[in-house]
Amino acid sequence: MAEHQDHADDHGQAFYVKIWAILLVLLILSILGPIVAPHMAFGFLEAWMITMMTAFGIAVVKAYLVAANFMHLNVEKKYISYLLATMLMLMLLFFAGTAPDVMEHKGQNWENVAAEAEIERALEAQGAADAHGEHAEGHEDAAH
Amino acid sequence: MSTTRPIATTRSATGIPTGKLAVWWVIGSEIVIFGGLLASYIMHRLGHPEWAEYASHTNTWFGGANTFVLLTSSLFAVLAHHAAEHGDGKKAAKWLLGTCAGGLVFLCIKAVEWTGEIQHGYTITANGFWHFYYTAAGLHALHVIAGCIIMLIIARDAWKGKELQRVELIGIYWHFVDIIWIFLFPLLYIAK
Repeated sequence: MAEHQDHADDHGQAFYVKIWAILLVLLILSILGPIVAPHMAFGFLEAWMITMMTAFGIAVVKAYLVAANFMHLNVEKKYISYLLATMLMLMLLFFAGTAPDVMEHKGQNWENVAAEAEIERALEAQGAADAHGEHAEGHEDAAH
Repeated sequence: MSTTRPIATTRSATGIPTGKLAVWWVIGSEIVIFGGLLASYIMHRLGHPEWAEYASHTNTWFGGANTFVLLTSSLFAVLAHHAAEHGDGKKAAKWLLGTCAGGLVFLCIKAVEWTGEIQHGYTITANGFWHFYYTAAGLHALHVIAGCIIMLIIARDAWKGKELQRVELIGIYWHFVDIIWIFLFPLLYIAK
């Protein structure tokens, strides 16, 4: 009986270690995503799409593995899953309600002048910094 | 002194132990707190093309190392729960201390990372991206600190074989903190 119990313990621990190992493989894939994406882009599949899939697709899978196996949502009463799903829906509702006003800077009867000015200022500053960097590099090359 | 427990710790209409139900409700409200913050970040990031350059200065290796640390500490937390379920309080306490050590390593890595960034001028007031970066990662770090403190208290009791059901409760909270980081990692370190 005790032997059987020990065996069950090992089995449980081995299962959790296996889930952890899968999580680590997924972590490595999400880090490698942006590095290999430019080499894998073909046709309509652009590099940024591959990065988004490896970054957020893998994050969703990792979160599911942790929630289902470490938090035991897979054996928990359904009440908890409904509770969490309701909270996620509230978050999506918040996003849908406010995103158009934040992501756009101009509408039919309004304009977010401050946001537009900041974007213009920042992009110009970044462009000037890039040009300065290239200029400085050119000087370095000339010196060699 | 009465040995009966307060009714709130035993009463349950859902069939879920009250303590566990309370932790799940904490997590439900945390989803709205972190969800609102992250949703705000996503909509600002999509509306501000200049943030891509700001985001390119975060260090993926620091973020990756911290993800590894938190995933490993989550494994320790579930092993603590496993030990507690088998009535082994001492073993559960040891795994909880391991989990707590993971939290401390996480905070140390974050301290080194932030020091470097602040020295390079990327402070919380630098621009909108860095506001979100320090607020989201800082709020998460506060949850790590709170989790470590609670875990030490539960580990002390578990060592004496008391209140072993609490080991699972702190584990659920810790895995949630891990899941938040699982989403912060691609948002702040990968999507550049």
